[in-house]
Amino acid sequence: MIELQHLTKRYGGTTVVDNVSLTVEARSIAVIVGTSGSGKTTLMRMVNRLVEPTSGRVLIDGVDTATIAPFELRRRIGYAIQNHGLFPHRTVAQNIATVPALLGWDSGAIAARVNELLELFGLDPAAFAKRYPHELSGGQQQRVGVARALAAKPNLLLMDEPFGALDPIVRTKAQEDLKAIQRTLGTTIILVTHDMEEAISLGDRIAVMDGGRLLQYASPNEILVRPATAFVDDLIGTGDRPFRLLSLTPLAEAVEAGPAEGEPMPGDRSLRDALAELLWSKRAALPVAGADGAVIGRVTLDGLLKRAARPA
Amino acid sequence: MKLGAPLLIRIVVFLLLVLFLTRPELFAPLLEPLTQNGAPAIYNQGDLLALTLSHLRTVAVATGAAAVVAVGFAILVTRPIGAEFLPLSRSIVNIGQTFPPVAVLALAVPAVGFGEKPTLIALFLYGLLPIFENTLTGLTRLPPAVVDAANGMGMTETQRLFRVELPLAFPVILEGVRLSTVIALATATIGSTVAAKGLGEVIIAGLLSNNLAFVVQGGVIVGVLAVLLSDAFSALGDAAARRTGRVVRAEAA
Repeated sequence: MIELQHLTKRYGGTTVVDNVSLTVEARSIAVIVGTSGSGKTTLMRMVNRLVEPTSGRVLIDGVDTATIAPFELRRRIGYAIQNHGLFPHRTVAQNIATVPALLGWDSGAIAARVNELLELFGLDPAAFAKRYPHELSGGQQQRVGVARALAAKPNLLLMDEPFGALDPIVRTKAQEDLKAIQRTLGTTIILVTHDMEEAISLGDRIAVMDGGRLLQYASPNEILVRPATAFVDDLIGTGDRPFRLLSLTPLAEAVEAGPAEGEPMPGDRSLRDALAELLWSKRAALPVAGADGAVIGRVTLDGLLKRAARPA
Repeated sequence: MKLGAPLLIRIVVFLLLVLFLTRPELFAPLLEPLTQNGAPAIYNQGDLLALTLSHLRTVAVATGAAAVVAVGFAILVTRPIGAEFLPLSRSIVNIGQTFPPVAVLALAVPAVGFGEKPTLIALFLYGLLPIFENTLTGLTRLPPAVVDAANGMGMTETQRLFRVELPLAFPVILEGVRLSTVIALATATIGSTVAAKGLGEVIIAGLLSNNLAFVVQGGVIVGVLAVLLSDAFSALGDAAARRTGRVVRAEAA
């Protein structure tokens, strides 16, 4: 569990982060979202002491981070950033091995861990271990960056706009992969982004920052349905709100009994995907398949429209 | 920067230089037209090879010392602890550069006597600036994301310096050493006016006895050495830069 308590950061007379408190549950993803200059990155960097708070403190599992030497603290916390920050003069394997090497793991353990991570991220060790970062595509560099951040099995991972430099298709894939990996490893993630769409699709909880203040810290559903201020409302974008609300719920949770024509859609897809498919194919209902592929029911256009409306 | 000359030409030039230094008499017919009144065509007051090696040694010692001091200074002033000294160290190094080498020799001789020492001092002072400036550039223009990642991974200051900053700045530092070496090779010739062993002796002897052949052979040896050494440093720097993917990207752009 990560507790930020009354964190404030001032540079000269400017307050960049203003008395922010929030708690991130273990094994969950907290997304800090805001415009540039909102203090979101500064807030995140205070967790691993890349920025020292002017006042307030950070507790990780009850331990005040101010009592741990910064470099030791950072070796325990994964760190992945926009433009990946891979060391250009080191191979993929050496990059991933950075923190284990700093921690003094023996070379056999390091090599095993590097292979394990490359496979986890879908990069064939034989083909990629000895390459240099400039020989990889943007998506591959980003994956190596996250693999490097996870190398020493940290319980907490900080990510600053990790998908910012990727094109939309690669970005969606990278987000899905991150979610899957997070579920497998149970890592706590604090992720900073300016993209509300990304925040909604990744976050268990979303912290909305503006002008150094925390405006709202709540679940995606809560943020969409009950935005705390006009600024949060703006950030969501009124035009997209019903669709974002639908995107939060998997099909399996909205299944109704009844027949439907056509190809079934897997139950782990979102209601938004189903709505798009219904509109596009001019159907009123479509069948939903369970994990085993068998049809478990249907979703209807009417049912989806009800779910997309503002809750009473 | 690079002479487009292929490797083969450089090898031939190098072999010709070695042949000239070991068997200069073979080249006598070539240089004879430059002499008057039956003066010798080949320098006869000392061994050309020994003078060349001594010249190179002077350059290597002075530039080596300049590199150690300049890189050390640049590292110091780019750390938080030494940042205050950045302007001061820039001035010191700049002063070293503005002093004419002849003035340094003239001032150094009364202090340390004739011979190699005043030349070493002059070359050392002259070599500082290019290496210092290049090291500063290399250490301050690192990709910010890479430095941030190094900090975020939990590297200490020292680990970041040796594992990330210096390796990435190395091609730029090497470029500074290349410049200093070339300057020192040329400047070392005036060391012979204060009795340092070097190729300046050949040139000065030629000027004193009005023997153009001596002047030409001294000058050509220094020139060829400068070109070959400069090329070697460039090749080394390019190889190092290519490993970090920088040159590859520049070519692709």
